[in-house]
Formats: sequence, C-alpha cells, structure tokens
Amino acid sequence: MDTVRESTVIDAPVGAVWALLRDFNSHDRWHPAIASSRIEDGLASQTVGGVRYFSLTDGSILREQLISCSDRDMSLRYCLLDSPLPLMGYVAEMCLRPVTDGDRTLLEWSSTFDPPAPERNRLIALVRDEIYRAGFSALHDWFSGAPQPVKPVAPSKPPSVPPKNSSQTPMGIVIQRHGGPDVLSFQPIELPPVGPNEVRLHQTYVGVNFIDIHCRTGHFDLIDPPGIPGMEAVGIVTNVGTEVSDLRPGDRVGYACAPVGAYCTDRVMPESMLVRLPDRLSDDQAAGTLLKGMTASFLLYDVQPVGPDDIVLIHAASGGVGQLLVQWATALGARVIATASSAEKLEMALSNGADCTINYRQEDFVAATLDLTDGLGANVIFDGVGQSTLQGSLEAAAIRGHVVSFGEASGPPGHHDLGRMSSKSLRFSRPNYGHYVGSAAQVERYSRLLFEAISSGKLRIPSPEIYPLSKAADAQSALEARSLTWSAVLDTSG
Amino acid sequence: MTRVYISTVLPAPVTSVWRIVRNFNGLPDWTPFVTASRIEGGMHPDQIGCIRNFQLGNGDTIREQLLALSDYDMSCTYSILESGMGVRDYIATLALIPVTDGNRTFASWEANFDCDPQAESGLIDQIGQGVFQTAFDALNKRFS
Repeated sequence: MDTVRESTVIDAPVGAVWALLRDFNSHDRWHPAIASSRIEDGLASQTVGGVRYFSLTDGSILREQLISCSDRDMSLRYCLLDSPLPLMGYVAEMCLRPVTDGDRTLLEWSSTFDPPAPERNRLIALVRDEIYRAGFSALHDWFSGAPQPVKPVAPSKPPSVPPKNSSQTPMGIVIQRHGGPDVLSFQPIELPPVGPNEVRLHQTYVGVNFIDIHCRTGHFDLIDPPGIPGMEAVGIVTNVGTEVSDLRPGDRVGYACAPVGAYCTDRVMPESMLVRLPDRLSDDQAAGTLLKGMTASFLLYDVQPVGPDDIVLIHAASGGVGQLLVQWATALGARVIATASSAEKLEMALSNGADCTINYRQEDFVAATLDLTDGLGANVIFDGVGQSTLQGSLEAAAIRGHVVSFGEASGPPGHHDLGRMSSKSLRFSRPNYGHYVGSAAQVERYSRLLFEAISSGKLRIPSPEIYPLSKAADAQSALEARSLTWSAVLDTSG
Repeated sequence: MTRVYISTVLPAPVTSVWRIVRNFNGLPDWTPFVTASRIEGGMHPDQIGCIRNFQLGNGDTIREQLLALSDYDMSCTYSILESGMGVRDYIATLALIPVTDGNRTFASWEANFDCDPQAESGLIDQIGQGVFQTAFDALNKRFS
C-alpha cells in the first residue's frame, strides 16, 4: 500500500470550507479536473454510501462512493469504484481542522492505494500533483474570491460506428488506455509479415479471461497502450512461414499463451505455441477452454500432483478454472471440498463430483473445512480468489498442507506472515501462467493432459456464451459481474 | 467540562518543531513564562508517567504528569497534578501536523478541565491566550 498525504492552510473559516467540501456533489464547482458531477440514484449529496459520477475534463469517467462523513470531525472518506487509472484499492480522506490563530483552516487530503509496480511513481505523482495540489490551488482561488477559470467542456465522443468488416481488413479490439470497458475500441489492425517459423491464422473464436481485464485496467503491465489484449483463440491456418514443418493451410489450431494480442480476426503466431484440436471440441468450446484447461492441468500435475489420499479445497468452484479443477481432482481420486457463493453454484459443484460444499457467503469456510476434516484441514487448497479468501485458506490448510494461490478474482492476495507458516509446515505457491505455459514442450504437455482428460470423459466441457468480437466490452463486463455460468468467447464473424 | 482549543501554523518543518516541543522538561527553552523545570525522581522526560515540576515567572509552581507521548503522531498529552489555577481533572494535548504546502507545521493545543463557573471565562482566556497562544507566538518568532 502506498500513501499520499498532502495538506494546506486555506485562508477562510473552517465552517465555510467544510460547507463547500462536505457537499459530495460540489467538487465540479472548484476542482479543475472535474467537468461535471452528479450523485447516482437521486440520493442527497451527504448520503453515506452514495456514488458520485464525475465526467473529467479529458472526457473520461470516474465513480466514487462516500464511505464516511462526519460533521463533528469535519472529515469525509470516499473510495474509487471506476477510474481510468489503475488506482487499486483507493480510499481517500479529506479532513479539516480550525486554525484559531487567524481564523483559517487546515485541510488534509490523503489516500492509500495499491498501484501496479511499473506505474507506481507516475500514479503517486499524479494523485499528489494533479488531484490534491491542483485542488488546493483551486480552493485557494475559490476562497480568495479570484475569478474562476472557465473549464474546458468534456469533448463529446464521436458516435462509435465500427468500420465495416471485410475479409481483406483484419480487425481487432484495441485498449486505448488503461481503464474500464469503455477503453476497448473495435478497429482495423495491421498484421506483421509471417516469419519463417510462424503461421498466420484466421481466428474463429477468441477466449475471454480475467487476465484480459487485468491488462485493460493496468493491474498487470502486459500492455503499454495502445495494444490488443487476449491470450487465447482458435482458428484456421491461412499462411505458413518457410520453416514451418507440421502445419498447413486449412489446419484447425488453438493457443493459450503469451504474448497478448488474441482479440482480433487474424493473427500471426509462432508454430511452436499452437496445438491441433481434438474433433470432439468445437471451435467455440476450445476457445473457452484452453487457457482454463491448461491452468488446471499444470496445477494438478506439476504445481501439486493430486491423488486418492488428498483432501482438496477448491474455492470459486463454479468459476471457469474451478469447474475443471473439481471434475479433474475428483477423477484423480481426491476428496474435493468446494466453496461457492450460492446454492445454485454449490449444486453445480456437487454435480461436477465434489464430495461436499461450503457456501462462504453464509458460513465461515475455515471452520466448515475443519469440521469436514475432523479438525485436520485440507492438505491441498486451490485459491483463485485472492484477497478475500487467502488468509482463511492458510488457516484451513492441514499440517504440511499446500496453499496454491493462482488467481486474484477478488483482489491482490495481500501481505501474509511467512513466519507463522512454520506452525503447520505449510507450503505456499504463486504459480504464474507464463512460467508454466511458456515453451513448446510445456504447451505440448499440458494440452495433451487436457485433451486426454476430455477424451476419457473426466472433463465435461460446457458451451460458452458467445459475444460478437466488436462487443468484447460486454463480454468482459459479464465476466467481471460473475454472471457467466462457464466462460465467454468472442465470435470474430460478428 | 470546559474546553480550550488554540491552533496556529508555524513557518518551519514539522520535525524541527517536534524536536523542540516533545521535550517534556523543555518548557524553559521555548516558552517565555517558565523559568525553570525539572523531572521528579530522576526519571527520563520521555518516560510515560514522569512528573515535571516547573516554576513560572511569578514564582508559582506547577506539577504536571506525562500521560502519553507519540513520536508517530507527534502529540503529547499531560495532566495537571498541582497548580494554583483552580482547575480540576485538567488534561491537555499538544499535537503537530505537517502542512506539506510550504513545508510548514500546524500546531494545536487543547485542554479540557472542570472549574468553578464564575472562574470559567477567566481561565479560558488565561490558558488559551496567556499560555497556549503566548507559547505559540514565541515559537513563531523563533522560526520567522
């Protein structure tokens, strides 16, 4: 966590300054970066829990929620809900104190947040200079009676009519800058020439994964905008390089690997990272399965080989990877305890083979896991949820257990006490997809294990929800809203 | 309960101000009205619970006990054990906050106490202006 703390003295009585600042809907009146403000859902502006919707002078959107406000302490706190910047976990406070000597006001404005490491210095400077110091300067002007500068009006965005798709023009989804789903634009793209060991694909379906959202927000630094997100797609080979030996035009292949750039109709890829697909998987099924399936594959075979002696706790058992882990670990003979947030999702985990289930919205999953294991705990825990579950996972693990933190759907896993792990001789892993699926040999191994599990009936693969490529933002929003029952793919013909 | 609250902005970095005011035995160094001070029982002036025994210019003696000292919050809280002021249950806190804009210091000094009703307005003025503001004025002059 980083902290930015700025303070100034305003030459006005504290009552006057508080009267302006306590109005959570007033900041567009004085802050130079904010073009307009409104409170959502028609709430009064001092309603704790209310959300203000800012249009910034650069045209982007910001949503912030009032989480506390005290007329007694003359302080308020708010958090960021949506922002064009990756200010993860941003909570800010404005606090006033009277300066009796001269009837002035001390204003402190501070925040804590967790920026992605490569952007840390830039974001700290931006919050300090462009938000707090610029705000102070405007407040000094406001209370000195100086004329207010006229703010530039937010540029109205041109209607986004996507250019017509044609077989000649490759199209793609481009991240214009880090931010919300609105930073994704559907536009023509240029393809590099096909190198000696590369093939060009016409892609049919593209997989949508959480990592794509992390790239979009800037939480992962895999894209320096503008750039194309996506790690997974299925398509037909259209051209091959001079050194390509195994593939020919017309072959049906798929991939799930770095580098990012899958959200497009056509793409050039190295031959070594492509896999031929079994006939029983349709294009859309494969595009929705490869990345999750290879993840489950390396988790269950190499990060922590699982067998009949294991009690395996699987979080988010109805999520994409979770559904595969439950089926596969059960097929490998392990006893599976599944957690999820609703009765419907738990029912799905049972039908996938889970031995027992825990609704972590309704019960403490640590206590429930200990109950289900005679107080011993689970000896393997697969935690793709992160922030909200990881501490509990460490507590629910058995002696010599292994906690595998492979995702952060609820937020970064945070800081934990390594020293305490010796009290149970715990092992802890943070596998990174790119380090397990980074070479041709790894792609071959994990895809072979996956396809064998599918062919032998160990894994049932549902059909994904299909969105047109041009509506990638909708697909990502559905994934973020946890409203999908399996996975989403993008149809490049739409 | 009567409350006195005085605050000011000093033209110096917060660490410079704190170095001076955190010394519970240092009133003669920075206030114009304390002529001598000692810590009773040979205790260290940073030790919570220690008692300062100091003389005013008019010869009066006051004994105050350190209740809390925080280098993290830059604040110091103490109570009056004995004085000729006619206050009961007197607890005061001196606290600093950095003003990043200009690298200055916000200083507040607050006291809460009980007293006879007819003495209240006199004490508010005596403590607020005669003690807290006078001490702040001396600091202000020192850093200007």
